[in-house]
Amino acid sequence: MNTSQAKMGSTRKAAGQGVLELARAGRDVVAIAADTAKSMYTTLLEAEFPERAIDVGIAEQNMVMMAAGLASTGKIAYATSYSVFTSMRCSEQLRTFAAYPALNVNVIAGIGGYSGGIEGVTHLATEDLGIMRCIAGMTVFAPADAISTLQAVKAAADIPGPVYIRVGRDDSPVIFDDSYTFVPGIPVVHRKGSDVTILTCGLALAYVLEAADILEQAGISAEIIEMHTIKPVLQPEVVMESVTRTGRLLTVEEHNIVGGLATVAAEIMEGTGPFLFRKIGLADTYGESGTPEELRKKYGVEPSAVADTAKRLCT
Amino acid sequence: MQESVIQAAKDIRIKTFKAIHNAGGGHFGGSLSVSEILAVLYFSVMRIDPSNPKDPDRDRFIISKGHGGPALYTALALRGYFPYEDVLAGLDKPLSNFPKHVDRLKQEGIEASTGPLGQGLSIGCGMAIRFLQQKKQNRVYVLSGDGECNSGQVWEAAMTAAKYQLNNLILIIDQNNMQIDGPCDDIMPIQPLDAKFRAFGWMVRTVDGHNAEEIESVIREIQELQVDDARPAAIVAKTIKGHGISFMENRPEWHSGKITNDEYEQGIRELEGTQ
Repeated sequence: MNTSQAKMGSTRKAAGQGVLELARAGRDVVAIAADTAKSMYTTLLEAEFPERAIDVGIAEQNMVMMAAGLASTGKIAYATSYSVFTSMRCSEQLRTFAAYPALNVNVIAGIGGYSGGIEGVTHLATEDLGIMRCIAGMTVFAPADAISTLQAVKAAADIPGPVYIRVGRDDSPVIFDDSYTFVPGIPVVHRKGSDVTILTCGLALAYVLEAADILEQAGISAEIIEMHTIKPVLQPEVVMESVTRTGRLLTVEEHNIVGGLATVAAEIMEGTGPFLFRKIGLADTYGESGTPEELRKKYGVEPSAVADTAKRLCT
Repeated sequence: MQESVIQAAKDIRIKTFKAIHNAGGGHFGGSLSVSEILAVLYFSVMRIDPSNPKDPDRDRFIISKGHGGPALYTALALRGYFPYEDVLAGLDKPLSNFPKHVDRLKQEGIEASTGPLGQGLSIGCGMAIRFLQQKKQNRVYVLSGDGECNSGQVWEAAMTAAKYQLNNLILIIDQNNMQIDGPCDDIMPIQPLDAKFRAFGWMVRTVDGHNAEEIESVIREIQELQVDDARPAAIVAKTIKGHGISFMENRPEWHSGKITNDEYEQGIRELEGTQ
């Protein structure tokens, strides 16, 4: 994969499109925005189904609780705002009023990971996957591109209980084609390899795939596994078998290394044989203000940095 | 006003008091201030069918002040949702199906799990907007505390209800003037609640929250007005925390506590004698 020449697509717009397609298919969906109708593309739904789009203004907690109320009457609710707000400001509302009662409240959480970039730390969601993952009954998706986002949003409608879907901000490389089917919970092996297993999720996948090309040229065979579902992991054996075979595991995420993908990997691999393990992510700290590219460079997610870390793991 | 509603209020209060004492103590104060409100809702104005608790056409009631659970359980029991003996045996017991804060997964008739304060009105907005969109006649009633209105989310929901013209929504505020740390006026002055809700675009009425007849007539009046008036409605119900028990009334320390058997006997005598 060459991310600089890839076709691009907006995960946020794809998410809005996903809700619209559900409505067109006759599903009883509603989308709520917190002054985010334009930025999270609930306007797509509003244009065709004006009654299905609600905007509560800058009131995220109220948004999530209204979603709970709507869901309790049978609606499939999508609450849309940014990852930082939905995962932290609404954490209690999601845990107690959506997850515990197992309501169909789905959160489309924009500007996840480093995509918040230039907005600075206040808008960088680098703890959200960990926070959401700790909530029993919560499903957590971090799709990798626009096509998988659209499918993840649609899949959420049929999942009991709440789903947190982390999406990005700007256009990002399109990885999948229209033949792809997003299957919740099942890790996707993008590339078979024998020297190192690289586990990743979300927008980082494109850069990890490019890193695999760099590694191949250097004679290192990397197996790339995408964990688009952070929780629940329904086929952990995909990861266990791979890491047991390669003996090396590298996790790459746009998240704190505490609580996110690295932690998921450690939990999966508990009790298995010895293997080398490295983590790329925020080292229990905060990001900075910068373009997503600058942040990916600083925190080791750009292809050459991923490849360098993998090489060190293999020597 | 049917005498049976007044009698129901008395029964709810006595049996709530009994259940909380039987559980080893609990939220006496705020559970005893809502008896008349619950009696009017469950024995008069709400369209509900205890034999069909999942009826899609039922009205919804959310007790945002979830610590009033014992009173709601008692009202539901007396209305026939489940035996009162179950409440008595179950309230606050280990692994109970009658936890002190109500839980929609545990009992029929509980429409929302509540307890964390300031949340219920938002849930009610979600329900109400759904019914309006469906052009259904279901009404949504939310019972909130006054201290609870400290919470900013209440006002987020208040704006939302006005914007979406939720004229199938009635908020009843149990204004007992007390919160855990003391009088509301000292802890975080929230008055004038009526003017605040009016300013937020609501229809507002104030009632004596221990006068079932007055509560019922105001709800009926609001329901008639809401046929043509698009505003959501708030009823400020002036109540007494710990109502009916002389040593509990208006004392914030009885937000939650335990009583002796002698105090229980005295309380029962007062409740049975004074009403």
